[in-house]
Amino acid sequence: MNPPRSHKRLTLILVCGVIFMFGFCYMLVPLYQLICQKEGINGKAANYAVTAAPGMKVDTSRVIKITFSTTLHGGLKFKFIPLQHSFNIHPGEGKLVYFYAENQSGKEMTVQAVPSITPSDAARFLKKTECFCFTQQYFFKNEKADMPVYFFIDPAVSKDIKEVTLSYTMFDAGGFIKKQEHFTKGRIDL
Amino acid sequence: MSEAIAHSHDHAHDHHDDHHGPEKGFKRWLFTTNHKDIGTLYLTFSLIMFFVSGAMALIIRTELFEPGKVLINPEFFNQMTTMHGLIMVFGVIMPAMAGLANWLIPMMIGAPDMALPRLNNWSFWLLPFAFTMLMSTTLMSGPAPDFGWTFYAPLSTTYGPKSTDFFIFSIHMMGASSILAALNIVVTIFNMRAPGMTWMRMPMFVWSWLVTAFLLLAVMPVLAGCVTMMLMDRHFHTSFFNAAGGGDPLLFQHVFWFFGHPEVYILILPGFGVISEIIPTFARKKLFGYHAMVYATVLIAVVGFVVWMHHMFTTGAPIAAQLYFMYATMLVAVPTGIKVFNWLATLFKGSITFETPMLFALGFLVMFTLGGFSGLMLALVPSDYQYRDSYFVVAHFHYVLVSGSLFTIIAAVYYWLPKWTGHMYNEKLGQIHFWLSVIGMNLTFLPMHFLGLAGMPRRVPDYPLQFTDFNQICTVGAFIFGFSQLIFLYVILKSCFTKAKPNATPEVWEGAHGLEWTLPSPVPYHTFETIPVVHHQQP
Repeated sequence: MNPPRSHKRLTLILVCGVIFMFGFCYMLVPLYQLICQKEGINGKAANYAVTAAPGMKVDTSRVIKITFSTTLHGGLKFKFIPLQHSFNIHPGEGKLVYFYAENQSGKEMTVQAVPSITPSDAARFLKKTECFCFTQQYFFKNEKADMPVYFFIDPAVSKDIKEVTLSYTMFDAGGFIKKQEHFTKGRIDL
Repeated sequence: MSEAIAHSHDHAHDHHDDHHGPEKGFKRWLFTTNHKDIGTLYLTFSLIMFFVSGAMALIIRTELFEPGKVLINPEFFNQMTTMHGLIMVFGVIMPAMAGLANWLIPMMIGAPDMALPRLNNWSFWLLPFAFTMLMSTTLMSGPAPDFGWTFYAPLSTTYGPKSTDFFIFSIHMMGASSILAALNIVVTIFNMRAPGMTWMRMPMFVWSWLVTAFLLLAVMPVLAGCVTMMLMDRHFHTSFFNAAGGGDPLLFQHVFWFFGHPEVYILILPGFGVISEIIPTFARKKLFGYHAMVYATVLIAVVGFVVWMHHMFTTGAPIAAQLYFMYATMLVAVPTGIKVFNWLATLFKGSITFETPMLFALGFLVMFTLGGFSGLMLALVPSDYQYRDSYFVVAHFHYVLVSGSLFTIIAAVYYWLPKWTGHMYNEKLGQIHFWLSVIGMNLTFLPMHFLGLAGMPRRVPDYPLQFTDFNQICTVGAFIFGFSQLIFLYVILKSCFTKAKPNATPEVWEGAHGLEWTLPSPVPYHTFETIPVVHHQQP
């Protein structure tokens, strides 16, 4: 019979592997954010400010119909609508639109709008230089405001894309208030 | 089973007074470090859970017998589907496979016991507590977990019932149990093989379990991390999966399926090992293409890590990702096909007899392959958009889990039961059990393919009138399948507790080869205290 091999060493290696995999699970979180942001998928790119590339030209040869839609999440007592529902724009053309929001909850609220763009192939070509969705928005009791989005569609977008829908879901962010400067530039308090 | 083993030991005790036997009574099972006892515990636990969870399935099928409310309200229906799935996966298939591993791996590689026997005891005893906690939620005033076994966020986070926390901790416990068991198995196979038992002489069952153990070690921590994130989202104001706080519910599906897809191979690979033992025995031929079988098993496990997004085709995944995951998924069919063809080649020109283990193995071969084909259909992105979340999916995974994993476990029990207890099971009852199971199983799950194609969604307690006929066939089949398992229970209990003299020979089966068949039947409490030397591969 061979001298018994040490179980300790192998066990230790395997335990380290298990701990690594537990850590790996948490590593998936930033990894996921990073991949989505870099690849411009899952609306993540629509959450960050970009500036137009210097050489970008307006492609007047075609128009894309853009439609806005809004959703309130989980019975949030707000009024939240786009001031313009849809219009046609040329790729590369900058456009400023406003979303009207009114706090009807009877108390002060912090909300966060999360964008979503369909079709998904167009998502990474819809770019924003300003958006109320970049940060949380604070509303006093009964406060009303028009909130701006300044965006353009990158002319690199596929010719197959004829229509794009930009949809916002507004969440109650009361439980997750971030210590960050609120983006209020261009917000018109009514 | 306890009396039979105790009996066998007493028998051996007369001849070997230097052995320490098992303790008497309940303490034996509580404190045991013997791999055979722990294997028995795992298998017994799994059998009990099988009937508990099977009863839940019958409640589900009863509710679906007719449109409208038959028996239970929709809330309870959701709890039943959730519990049925969780218990079948974590409480039946996985413990049964672990039980087979405990019983067989030391005997197959010529080791006296598992490498870490006390850890072994602990890894089993975590399970009853985990499942008591999970099932206790059905008795609580609020609802039990009701979000499906995949517990997608936000159903399980923002909208999860209070009992979700019990669910989270029970997942932690059963995960720990699986990790410890897998760790023990890896150390045993690496360090305790008898001299001459080289890697490429190991029986296929041992190889399959080695690969499975590595899969468990790799993905159970990911599941633990996933439910920990859920716990933090629910109670500690994080927002991993909550969009309001900057998280993403879709991330949950990625994390879950990164665990979930290798998990399905965890459920089936040990079964592949069992089939690779049984078919050569009853075909009286060497396993065809042993090396290819080993490499195919490893390949399935490796590819299993990079296909998880095929569970998420309709989540708005980019077209490139959909294409990649479609092709990668279809690639799994190659090593699986190698295995199926090798089993067929083993059968080719063999002297085949059809004892119960062989019947279940052949049933597996046919119906698992059918389940594999519907898997290929689901892997196709364009058609997946239609099949997604329909009864077609339910049919697919029941074909690979019931006539796949479960049939291999039943085959294994019939195959090794005479070795464990010393008593041949009742062949006639075994055959009846097989035919009723096959008929019941196909009656239950075959119509589900058509229901799914016709548009019946899964996880619904009610359905439009036109689906009634097929649903009634499903329900009748489910009751035939469910009640025929009582025959299985009777056969096992009879073999374990019969007072008759042991009638099984050491070899049990004419064509059986391998170290475990060199031991007397029933197997003595302690085996291979003198380490055997292996000179050639056991076919």
